Amino acid sequence: MEEAEMKVAKIRNGTVIDHIPSGKALVVLRLLGLTGKVENTLTIAMNVKSKKLGIKDIIKVENLELDPSLLGSLALIAPMATINVIRDYRVYGKSKVILKDYVEGILKCPNPTCISRQQNEPIVSKFKVIQKTPLKLQCTYCYRYVNENEVIEQLVEGK
Amino acid sequence: MAWKNRDVVSIDDFSKEDLEALFKKTDEYEHSYPSGILKGKIIGNIFLEYSTRTRVSFEVAAKRLGAEVINLVAEYSSIKKGESLYDTLKMMDIYSDLLVIRSPIEGTARFASDVCKHPVINAGDGYLNHPTQAMIDLYTIRKLKGRLDDLRIGVCGDLRYGRAAVSFMFGVAKYSNKIYAISPAQLSMREDVKNKLTEIGAYFVETNSLEEVLPELDVLYVTRIQKERFPDIAEYEKVKGSYKVDLKTLQNSKRDLIVMHPLPRVDELSYEIDNTPMQAYFKQAELGVYIRMALLSLILVGE
Ligand SMILES: [Zn+2]
Repeated sequence: MEEAEMKVAKIRNGTVIDHIPSGKALVVLRLLGLTGKVENTLTIAMNVKSKKLGIKDIIKVENLELDPSLLGSLALIAPMATINVIRDYRVYGKSKVILKDYVEGILKCPNPTCISRQQNEPIVSKFKVIQKTPLKLQCTYCYRYVNENEVIEQLVEGK
Repeated sequence: MAWKNRDVVSIDDFSKEDLEALFKKTDEYEHSYPSGILKGKIIGNIFLEYSTRTRVSFEVAAKRLGAEVINLVAEYSSIKKGESLYDTLKMMDIYSDLLVIRSPIEGTARFASDVCKHPVINAGDGYLNHPTQAMIDLYTIRKLKGRLDDLRIGVCGDLRYGRAAVSFMFGVAKYSNKIYAISPAQLSMREDVKNKLTEIGAYFVETNSLEEVLPELDVLYVTRIQKERFPDIAEYEKVKGSYKVDLKTLQNSKRDLIVMHPLPRVDELSYEIDNTPMQAYFKQAELGVYIRMALLSLILVGE
């Protein structure tokens, strides 16, 4: 673990999400469903100095291990994020999210007359990653762009 | 790239060499064509949007070469009431050797080419692509101007939702031309279109004044402002009738200007031009059948 991370108190069991772009910690919490309603203790460090990112945010969640199905969405908001699973004060597992060149199925095209939006068709939305920061995607069917704010809106909607 | 079994989804997918092979075949067919070369083949037309013109053009092209044609003509919305587009495509794919599809939904042709095992030709999908129209337009210029580069080309009308205009720009951008994109601000090119033109290395300028650029033009491509593509009808009302091209509008043009239009026209292009040497739109319609014959033959038989 980097030194900066030590600034946040150690946890016994849980997950540390590191290398979140600064300012995005709260969005990540919403994405993971970690709102005021959960009982897990949360520790958030914002604007922590980082070699990789300049400054970054860090989240620690006690007594929770992430649902792997959320990693694809997490990669869109925090493409450099690392996830440390902590068991009994030790790093039990470490993984990195991966933002691939194409994003399939996670997002909805904003164009209502895009083929990927038509109901009852066996089709999965597909976006090309044009730019990682700030995030910019393009629908491979209708070429419509989707920017970071639209992505965040879609991912945290109703959470 | 070889033409045999190829899908025609977007004009972007074709290099200048590919197009030259198509134009050579079209030259040949204009002169004389092998009327039985597609005997035994079945072309499946799937038209989910009103368009007799394009459908008939494909049908004539197929029949001249001896193919049979089956037509599925229905509004997209009524298809959707019955079954999925996917099932419709699957069914037509079983009956046909090649599918021609038109749809009001962007990306339909790409989806169809993923789903069908036979080649798919896009005859227009929503506001996105109309590659065979662009091929016809390029061929018409090549025929009337004797070349495809070093031209000043004005494209006028709906550059936002007009698939023919956009496909035409992508087509002429493959060659070294100067493109004048002429439209009211509300109908100017989408960001993705501008980015792609820049990516291709196209030389283009945007303006809302036809009058200003007219004296420079070798080619003027006029398009209809299509009510059916507007998300908001109030927006349509604001811009309809923005341009009307007639003899008065064209009085300061070059002597050898040609005026093109993918047709049908409404009121943006006056009948006054029909009997002048500038008129090139009926030529487009005439050459369209030959281009489509050459396409069907290259895809089903090969070079
Ligand atoms: Zn789309």
